[in-house]
Amino acid sequence: MSGIPHDHYEPKTGAEKWLHSRLPIVGLIYDTIMIPTPKNLNWWWIWGIVLAFCLALQIVTGIVLVMHYTPHVDLAFASIEHIMRDVNGGHMLRYLHMNGASLFFVAVYIHIFRGLYYGSYKAPREITWIVGMLIYLMMMGTAFMGYVLPWGQMSFWGATVITGLFGAIPFIGESIQTWLLGGPAVDNATLNRFFSLHYLLPFVIAALVIVHIWAFHTTGNNNPTGVDVRKGSKEEAKKDTLPFWPYFVIKDFLGLAVVLVVFWAIVGFMPNYLGHPDNYIEANPLVTPAHIVPEWYFLPFYAILRAFTSEVWVVQFASFVTGGIVDAKFFGVIAMFGAILAMALAPWLDTSNVRSGRYRPMFKWWFALLVVDFFALMWLGAMPAEEPYASFSLIASAYWFGYFFVILPLLGVIEKPLAQPATIEEDFDAHYGKKASADATPAE
Amino acid sequence: MFKKLATGAAFALAMIPAASYAAGGGEQHITDYAFSFEGPFGTYDRNQLQRGLQIYTEVCAACHGLKLVPIRTLSDEGGPQMPEDQVRAYAADNFSVYDPELDEDRPAKPVDFFPENNNAGAPDLSMMAKARAGFHGPYGLGLNQLFKGMGGAEYIASLLHGYTGETKEEAGTTFYQNTAFPGGWISMAPPLSDEQVEFADGHANDVEAMAQDVAAFLMWTAEPKMMARKQAGFVGVLFLTLLSVMLYLTNKRLWAPHKGKH
Repeated sequence: MSGIPHDHYEPKTGAEKWLHSRLPIVGLIYDTIMIPTPKNLNWWWIWGIVLAFCLALQIVTGIVLVMHYTPHVDLAFASIEHIMRDVNGGHMLRYLHMNGASLFFVAVYIHIFRGLYYGSYKAPREITWIVGMLIYLMMMGTAFMGYVLPWGQMSFWGATVITGLFGAIPFIGESIQTWLLGGPAVDNATLNRFFSLHYLLPFVIAALVIVHIWAFHTTGNNNPTGVDVRKGSKEEAKKDTLPFWPYFVIKDFLGLAVVLVVFWAIVGFMPNYLGHPDNYIEANPLVTPAHIVPEWYFLPFYAILRAFTSEVWVVQFASFVTGGIVDAKFFGVIAMFGAILAMALAPWLDTSNVRSGRYRPMFKWWFALLVVDFFALMWLGAMPAEEPYASFSLIASAYWFGYFFVILPLLGVIEKPLAQPATIEEDFDAHYGKKASADATPAE
Repeated sequence: MFKKLATGAAFALAMIPAASYAAGGGEQHITDYAFSFEGPFGTYDRNQLQRGLQIYTEVCAACHGLKLVPIRTLSDEGGPQMPEDQVRAYAADNFSVYDPELDEDRPAKPVDFFPENNNAGAPDLSMMAKARAGFHGPYGLGLNQLFKGMGGAEYIASLLHGYTGETKEEAGTTFYQNTAFPGGWISMAPPLSDEQVEFADGHANDVEAMAQDVAAFLMWTAEPKMMARKQAGFVGVLFLTLLSVMLYLTNKRLWAPHKGKH
């Protein structure tokens, strides 16, 4: 499967040959887990395993939770409490699922920013990147609909606000919103379809994960240097790589175990840390909470959505040019989805032919600012829509777009990159020293 | 560079939930009571929960329901842990429920839930201690959840003895000034007065003591499995740490032949 030359599965016994000629499944598994992996991968590369674990955790806990949950406006809230009080281990299942969503997003954001720093999105890994972005979008949809299911106050009002975004689309918006909700407002029909989709989408994600893995197994992993694995011969490739099993499986499991210590402590000792107290109040269409705040993982993009008010000149200009069709609300929606689209377009916006940020002296600082910007947006998303937060949100949103549409294209032209190591082996040896046996030819 | 960013990022992340509560604001005064169930090893005080139940039954139940709490759970481990015959007597003496099979009211049994109570338009108290955040410190970081919980019980206790004695009338409703209630004026009259409830063990029954007892009881009704959860948390952290150490050693040994020494 991989473009890197390596040993393939050879059926030896009669039975193996019999199966292999009919269904080469053992070969597929062998080639997948024995894939040559750049040996200089650092700890930022463990989050893929954490993400795979999260998907499995959410599916397993979710399937059991469904056995006890009732998707009906009159019964949903009480059925969650039934899980918390009467189901064996139900309180742990529910808290694991709740906090599992947060771990999922912590992992996906680190995974995405790792890709942005080390240039993992660049050729030839554009498809891996795009599929990854699709997975991220699906995750957002799944998490949003999952948050509606307990039918608390934040569930209900969050659903009302977010589906209202679709109502901002000119001409057809209201019809789309009604179609999504199954009626004029968030109600039983909404709860039922969200439940159905919340169960379906994780399996779509699982399928996309397979495509994601297939794509980067075809190109090979990126690595902290961004330098390609030598593919001239098996011997050459072996100097740059080690097989995924056992080297990276054990390393990734170590990373996962450490992450899980923290995760488990949060579930055990402060499971409601990332939740909102209002969601322990049953949904009431007649009482609007004082502040409707989305889950933390939506906050950066929620801040971008709210940043573009009708006082902003870009919005006024867009409204003028389109004869009022693009109003502030619709502009906000475009900006929010545009912010995610900007990330997806990174492979074509980045003009530098150096992959890794390690060898890009100017890029490093702009990237650091992007990380700061991300957290600033997250903080601003939780703040009330008033000054000075509104102005800060606008500046922070502007930088997000500026990074992708101005800085990335320009840097490739004006930046003088540092010298990159010739091979991955050279980088590895520079970090860990040369092997004592010195059976490899020197890299110099 | 990436490492420095990560440290900064972790700090920033810790600020986020803080921010979402700060938005709720107001000049509330919440006293930080030291409850027995705070912290990773905190447990419920069984006697306090029983006193709280008594206060709920004699005072709060007049207007507030606990419709999500099954009466039988009063004898569960990690709760008030009353003997089953006592629970049976408690249910029959205090509540009656409508039985659709008999088509009439009958005395409640342990399998029934605490009754709903909408008489005075008062909110149900089952989840109240988790539906309110008393405070979110230190410095808005929210990390005190690990040590103190999120202050729901503190909020309830502060509210119950936060009355200043001032009243005002608006549109025919009397409001009572309360230092813990958002906005400062609440429509619930001061429910507790000194020595209102007599405890069998002669425990202190001033307003502040009773407010804490009933708040502890309501923390239990909101989070009845807290002790089981903390135990699972402790065992899980222990085993995962052990697993991490073993994987660390395995990983080190596995990679050693491929790494030279500096």
